[in-house]
Amino acid sequence: MDRLRLATVWLGGCSGCHMSFLDLDEWLLELAARVELVYSPIVDHKVYPDNVDLCLIEGAVANHDNLELVHRIRERTRVLVSFGDCAVSGNVTAMRNPLRKTEPVLKRAYLELADVSPRIPAEPGIVPTLLDRVAAVHEIVPVEYYLPGCPPPAERIRTLLSQLVEGREPRLNGGLIKPG
Amino acid sequence: MAAKTLTIDGQMVGAAEDQTILEAARDAGIHIPTLCHLEGVQDVGACRLCLVEVTGINKLLPACVTKVTEGWEVRTSSERLQRYRRMVLELLFAERNHVCAVCVANGHCELQNLAVSLGMDHVRFDYQHPRLDVDLSHRLFGMDHNRCVLCTRCVRTCWYIEGAGTLNVAGRGEKSKIITDLNAPWGDSTTCTSCGKCVMACPTGALFYRGVTVAEMERDRGHLEYIVTAREKKQWIV
Ligand code: SF4
Ligand code: SF4
Ligand code: SF4
Ligand code: FES
Repeated sequence: MDRLRLATVWLGGCSGCHMSFLDLDEWLLELAARVELVYSPIVDHKVYPDNVDLCLIEGAVANHDNLELVHRIRERTRVLVSFGDCAVSGNVTAMRNPLRKTEPVLKRAYLELADVSPRIPAEPGIVPTLLDRVAAVHEIVPVEYYLPGCPPPAERIRTLLSQLVEGREPRLNGGLIKPG
Repeated sequence: MAAKTLTIDGQMVGAAEDQTILEAARDAGIHIPTLCHLEGVQDVGACRLCLVEVTGINKLLPACVTKVTEGWEVRTSSERLQRYRRMVLELLFAERNHVCAVCVANGHCELQNLAVSLGMDHVRFDYQHPRLDVDLSHRLFGMDHNRCVLCTRCVRTCWYIEGAGTLNVAGRGEKSKIITDLNAPWGDSTTCTSCGKCVMACPTGALFYRGVTVAEMERDRGHLEYIVTAREKKQWIV
């Protein structure tokens, strides 16, 4: 059997979901035997490849880079999973949405709270610009499965991944879909 | 008092004529999801999570405010009802700003529990992200409108259990909000007795004790039932 081509990506999130993924400890070795990790913040691939079977998306769509990447991921991937509350609902990343604009957030973070050399970062082509409205992943592209939690506990990730790797229709119920 | 006989999910149930479908179902051990219902204060049918089907009646009926009727065949968990309940829940989540990860009620919230029990793993409606305030003017309590589902449990508790009449609902539609007195800061209220019963009644993280932080807001609703039972039945049961 061909190994499943797995990707994980990190959009507008705190990396906590990936930390929780690493919390799978020795089960990661079992997983490694069943999948080929083709793209991830924890491996060194620069470009999101073609023909990906499964992608876990951490984080909300918060800037123009995220937006472009999430479309590319959808084109090149069979099954998408919204991985963690920021991907599922926007969560903490979307807490700026009631302000409707990015300016007050940037001013607060980079001018009012700056200790030294206050300056709003503006480096076209290097620092991606923020979207006015942070979106959950499924508000931008269709998503197959949802893995809530902030972060989703390792056990929950394992339940979903083992179902997917074995080619079963994933079922998460009971406490396994609790947000927060 | 006359008894009524009806079936709920195929089960024969006997109920007193002044009982609601919700009460009859609970006595028979059948669970119907609720949110605005609170033991001890009268029901208003605000949330629509308890909707049930009755054979021969076209519209869905809220179980908490519908009295039992002789011969009715009630269904509480058809595929259609589950679909509608999930939709109601998703609309509640989309309407205001729910960020469980940083909420005082995380892990102790009736809205969050409903999301789990009704299988809501994501929200299909556009999040509205309204800009709302948090009132921290009261010495003991806080009110976070971001988390309020407008169930009015706090309002009914303040009026009918405490008898203070401090809390009210102002505005219409998406502009509705819970106010204290005539929309003055809670801390300036001349009617609030600071009894804290509204905080005990709130199902979400909207009302909380000052000083609690993420996931710390637990409440003992037993206190409210205790007071109501003592008053109405003259029984002091802890
Ligand atoms: S009130 Fe409940 S559902 Fe809303 S953010 Fe808080 S814990 Fe989550
Ligand atoms: S503390 Fe008591 S009196 Fe004050 S608003 Fe709440 S229920 Fe009403
Ligand atoms: S403050 Fe709490 S009890 Fe009052 S209406 Fe809002 S959610 Fe319901
Ligand atoms: S519990 Fe019946 S409408 Fe809310």
